[in-house]
Amino acid sequence: MIVLSPSNIERIDQIFVLTKHWLMGYVPAVAQPLTSAILSVLPVLIAFPAIFAVTTLLERKGLGRIQNRYGPNRTGPWGVLQPMADGVKSLTKEDIVPATADRWVHFFAPVVMVIAAFLAYSVLPIGRNMVVVNLSSGVLFFFAIGALVEVAIFMAGWSSRSKYSLLGAMRAIAQMVSYETPLVLAGLVAVMATGSLSTVSIVEAQAQYSHYLPNWFVFTPWGFAGFVLFMIAATAESNRSPFDLPEGESEIIAGYFIEYSGFKFALFFLAEYLGMFATSGIAITLFLGGWSAPFSFLTWVPSYLWFFLKLLAITCGFIWIRGTLPRLRMDQLMHFAWKFMLPMTLLNIFAAAAWKFFPVGILRWLGCAVFLAVAFVLLTRGLKKRGDVSVRQYRFAD
Amino acid sequence: MFGEGILRGLAETARNFFGSYVSKDRLTTIQFPEERIAPIEATRDFPFLVYDGNDWDAGMRCVACQICEKECPPKCIYIDKSKDKKPDAVGKQQFYPARFDIDISVCMSCQICVEVCPFDAIKMDTDFELSTDNRFGGLLLDKHKLAKSNEYYHHIHPTEAAAVDAALADERAKTEAKAKAAAEAAAAKAAAAATPSAAPKESAGGE
Repeated sequence: MIVLSPSNIERIDQIFVLTKHWLMGYVPAVAQPLTSAILSVLPVLIAFPAIFAVTTLLERKGLGRIQNRYGPNRTGPWGVLQPMADGVKSLTKEDIVPATADRWVHFFAPVVMVIAAFLAYSVLPIGRNMVVVNLSSGVLFFFAIGALVEVAIFMAGWSSRSKYSLLGAMRAIAQMVSYETPLVLAGLVAVMATGSLSTVSIVEAQAQYSHYLPNWFVFTPWGFAGFVLFMIAATAESNRSPFDLPEGESEIIAGYFIEYSGFKFALFFLAEYLGMFATSGIAITLFLGGWSAPFSFLTWVPSYLWFFLKLLAITCGFIWIRGTLPRLRMDQLMHFAWKFMLPMTLLNIFAAAAWKFFPVGILRWLGCAVFLAVAFVLLTRGLKKRGDVSVRQYRFAD
Repeated sequence: MFGEGILRGLAETARNFFGSYVSKDRLTTIQFPEERIAPIEATRDFPFLVYDGNDWDAGMRCVACQICEKECPPKCIYIDKSKDKKPDAVGKQQFYPARFDIDISVCMSCQICVEVCPFDAIKMDTDFELSTDNRFGGLLLDKHKLAKSNEYYHHIHPTEAAAVDAALADERAKTEAKAKAAAEAAAAKAAAAATPSAAPKESAGGE
């Protein structure tokens, strides 16, 4: 039996890092940089698509249960082999390229999208000492790479030469550009509090404990507001319900990837989910303390497990939201981005800045919380009065 | 407050999610091949031909009048009339269909054939497991495949079949009474004529 001595705990926590070092010992010095890179990248390339497969099943089961259905239950016990069946299906399907499509751009769009989605993982600290590259400007790199997805989406929409594709792509660009601003501004508070753009140091700043509780930014008023705002913007960025206008099945069928079939379609699907995991991952890094345990007495659980548990929780949240909210209209989406999200994130930055200048204590916490709550109430009241944000009125159906 | 509706919606979906694991009543799905619901009497899909007795060919009620063929809106019925006659369900001598085909890939389940049939020979079926690997031949049902017993009809549409049976029995009684009367009249005529060599010219009702 393995005794949970501090050295053993350390060994289990660092098992992947130690394995890599052990393997590197057998590699000649010339090949070491390349081998090291491959060994760091490979787990990401395996783990996240695997999580994607599990998530598709989880999502279909979850949505089913929310709608009082069973969900997939024919492939294996409880339908656990459904992702495999889906994979086989998408691989064996015919790959159709429209006759008038721009062949090369059409081909490269899904590739660029998947590459962009994977690149974002390079700065995510999955566990302690487990990050592909510790860039000093990691957060900036993450958001810059995230913007590359928009290029891929427009490539897909434009090259397909279909009105639905183009409409979907235009919606997607408008939406993603609009929500990129609040996304970055919401994430900025964590950078302000840490004083570093490196994802690793942001997590390390949060992985300290006072009275059993960790110093996660989500437990501060500005951190909580920032996390909520960040998650709303992240939902919009990953084109998920209620912000799934670029896909909008009921209006423009599938949006920018309507002219894709077979494996290319699967790549889009994969990239979309990878993007969702990546933004969830950066939210975990910025606000939920990355790989750190939620209580100081739970630090013996390996750090990477905490990261993936948090990722699972956020994914379930995404599924829950998807099962609850209907799609927004385009003007509602834009109003929400520019008239609510942007002012709220800017006010949140003020709150986070003020936090720095007040002495530590409950008064600071309360003051900050009241400031944000008042700002929220006044802003939404004002928007309601102007009619920019309102409960949807049904003229023809009720 | 702003966002209150969203929270209420989230609570509702959460209730549904967990409720579906707790209460079986929430899950309305019938897991089809293993589970089935009791058939509904008023349901209908494609027509079939009713036969009485045990022999599907001899007991077929259809007299090849071809009304259904003419009335069928999508023209999915094809009938060949026989050259000879045989007694029908009520005992009269009638033609019978030498060939009766229904292409159920064309049929639109309108039930007009059933409504126009004066002989209660064609009725709507409830069998829905009709998938086949041959989309043309497999869905073109011939006389044999269409023929289903009166017991089966009673099984799927009990109320309707009972009414049809009563009407047919009534009709049969009338026909028999008429035949009897005709026979008696013929016998009386024969007796009155009192020609010893005369044999009864008419047997049973000749229409």
